[in-house]
Amino acid sequence: MMVPALLGLAFLVLPVVAVLLRTPWSALPHQLARPEVLESLRLSLVSAVLATAICLLLGVPLAWVLARSELRGRGLVRALVTVPLVLPPVVGGVALLLLLGRRGVLGQYLDAWFGISLPFSTAAVVIAEAFVAMPFLVISVEGALRAADRRYDDAAATLGASRWLTFHRVTLPLVAPGVAAGAALSFARALGEFGATITFAGNFPGVTRTMPLSVYLALETDPEAAIVLSVVLLVVSVLVLATLRGRWLSGVPR
Amino acid sequence: MQPHDVCRARTPRRVTIASAAIGLVCVLSAAGCADGPGPGPASSPGASGSSHVGGTVTVFAAASLTGTFTALGHAFEAAHPGTAVRLSFAGSSALAQQILAGAPVDVFAAASPETMSQVTGAAPTGRAVPVVFARNRLEIAVPAGNPGHVTGLVDLTKPALRIALCAPQVPCGAAAASVFVAAGLTPAPDTLEQDVKAVLTKVELGEVDAGLVYRTDVIAGGDAVQGIDFPQSSAAVTEDPIVVLPDAPNPTAAEAFVALVRSAQGRTVLSAAGFDVG
Repeated sequence: MMVPALLGLAFLVLPVVAVLLRTPWSALPHQLARPEVLESLRLSLVSAVLATAICLLLGVPLAWVLARSELRGRGLVRALVTVPLVLPPVVGGVALLLLLGRRGVLGQYLDAWFGISLPFSTAAVVIAEAFVAMPFLVISVEGALRAADRRYDDAAATLGASRWLTFHRVTLPLVAPGVAAGAALSFARALGEFGATITFAGNFPGVTRTMPLSVYLALETDPEAAIVLSVVLLVVSVLVLATLRGRWLSGVPR
Repeated sequence: MQPHDVCRARTPRRVTIASAAIGLVCVLSAAGCADGPGPGPASSPGASGSSHVGGTVTVFAAASLTGTFTALGHAFEAAHPGTAVRLSFAGSSALAQQILAGAPVDVFAAASPETMSQVTGAAPTGRAVPVVFARNRLEIAVPAGNPGHVTGLVDLTKPALRIALCAPQVPCGAAAASVFVAAGLTPAPDTLEQDVKAVLTKVELGEVDAGLVYRTDVIAGGDAVQGIDFPQSSAAVTEDPIVVLPDAPNPTAAEAFVALVRSAQGRTVLSAAGFDVG
């Protein structure tokens, strides 16, 4: 068991080690100070935070329905929720374009009635990121809800608490670690989003060019810059993982 | 990113073992393995007198060559039974980086001499000297019906219109930049795409009012796009060079493929697609 386990670990860790080995550390401060890098990093962080907020706003209720309601066809709903998880992100981007693009199924009305055109905007980046990230939150929160003891909810209900009061004063605090874990995973996924973003939102500095897009573009002409950008993304991702440490990783409170 | 080295099997003995791996890799990578069955041995004789052309020839070509090189690949396989042409299309710069990173490639066709020189170096010699086999020029592509009422290059400076250009790091973007400089205009793009086909797709879907692509792409776009020629396009006629790479695993077939591209047949295919081969 140990040998394949070590191989598995090496398989996951060595590529990252290679990036660190090839990082031009002396050029790091200079590269990091470039305005386009900072712009790209700022855009990445802002859009990932907004995408995580959307995931929380829509994903927690969805997880609650999946875990607690008596809704028929919950299995089907759960399967549908995981579709963005298995869909290649580029396909997700095409799907978003066909739905919300200027000639999309819904997008044409957004454009005609409100003059809203989503593609090539920062809003499109946030939508693309939320689309690929939300399944992580829903699955994580649903797991926490299933693991939590429902008797606390019942007790609150018998003491006269409304459904909403029970939810936000009893249920939600109980599953807070699961919500936090899901949010952190969603944030990390949103931060690294590439395929859906470049397809749906395009690629323009300051508006839609997030860090992964910068890495890809830099790789074409300036591999050193690409490595530096990769290290920055790596550091941010590791920081997110670090906040996940310990009990959050298990998704249930100790 | 580079399934090619795994997708090729050099000797027939390895084929059975390799095919399982090939299948797996092809499923995982979903790219680069579309062309036919595994290659035969490099020395397998062709049936039509082409005694030493055989095996697999791997061709990396600029995205703007997608249609023509696919057709020429089929023509090559037909002319040399037992050969297989593996084609990979992407932005020239991305392909150049893959070659520099060690992708086992026989032939490289780029959309600009600058990108080609990333691979061949500044002063190549002998067989490694690239030859220009086609010229292309930019054209404005608009969705069918021209919803943005675009008439010329000046319309691409209007912020109200949605405009897609290539990123300046890839040849079509560099050509676009020189066209705008020549015209004394500052474009107002909404997106800078990674290669010319991505620009064309955004135009075909109607997501942008106009994009700057190659004339050949407008023809490839069919009824979904209309082309608008503009006088300043002569400022940036692009040259497409082709070369047999020094480390080509199959140099004989590679030479034969380049010969086909430059033959009368190749020129016919290229000019039908809108390339200038004169």
